[in-house]
Amino acid sequence: MLIARVVGELVATQKHPSHEGRKLLLVQPLNLDGSNRGDAIVALDAVDAGVGDQVLVATEGFSAMTSVGRPNSPIDTAVIAFIDAIELVPGVA
Amino acid sequence: MTLGRVVGCVWSTVKHPGLHGLRLLFVQPLTPELAPTGRRIICTDCTGAGAGELVYWVRGKEASFPFLPAEPPVDTTIVGIVDTIHLRKADAEPVAPAPAPSAPSKRKGKK
Repeated sequence: MLIARVVGELVATQKHPSHEGRKLLLVQPLNLDGSNRGDAIVALDAVDAGVGDQVLVATEGFSAMTSVGRPNSPIDTAVIAFIDAIELVPGVA
Repeated sequence: MTLGRVVGCVWSTVKHPGLHGLRLLFVQPLTPELAPTGRRIICTDCTGAGAGELVYWVRGKEASFPFLPAEPPVDTTIVGIVDTIHLRKADAEPVAPAPAPSAPSKRKGKK
C-alpha cells in the first residue's frame, strides 16, 4: 500500500464495465516527508475520496478489486482509506 | 493503473495462439499534465482505443480479466478511454485529450 494524495479526477465514458459507478482518481504517491514519489497513477475510488485528500492506495490486484466490490475485473489500484495522521516513532523512522 | 497516450500499434503474425484477435497498441505513459514520462510500453486493448487517444491501462494478471473466460498471456491492457482530466490547480483548465501530439497546424491560403 502507498501513501498518496489525490491530485485530480478522470472522466472516461468508454471503459471496462466493471469501472462504472466508481470515481477514477489521479493519485500522486508521497514520501513520508510529503514530497512526491514517482509518477502519478490512476486509482478506482472505494471510499469516496476527493481532490486534495491524503489517502491509502492498494496497488495489488486482489485487494484493489475486492475493495471496490468487483472481483475478477481489471482493477489493479484502488483508494481504500483516508489518512488522518501519520505518527512516526522517534529514533526509529 | 496508469495514464497514457496511444502512439502507435504493433503488428505480429507469428504469436501465441492466445493473442489472436487482440490489438496491440504502443502507449506512452503520461504525467497528469500530459507530459511524457517513462518508457513506452505495448498494451492489448479491450475498449477500441485508437491512435492519439488518451487512455489508462492496468498492469499484471488483471490485464487478462477483460478477456475472460479466455486467458491470454498479457500483462498490460487498456481498460478505458479518458475524456477529460480535472486537476486540482484552480487556474488549470480541464484537460481535453487532444489528438496525437503534433506541431501546431498552420492554415495555408485564404478560406
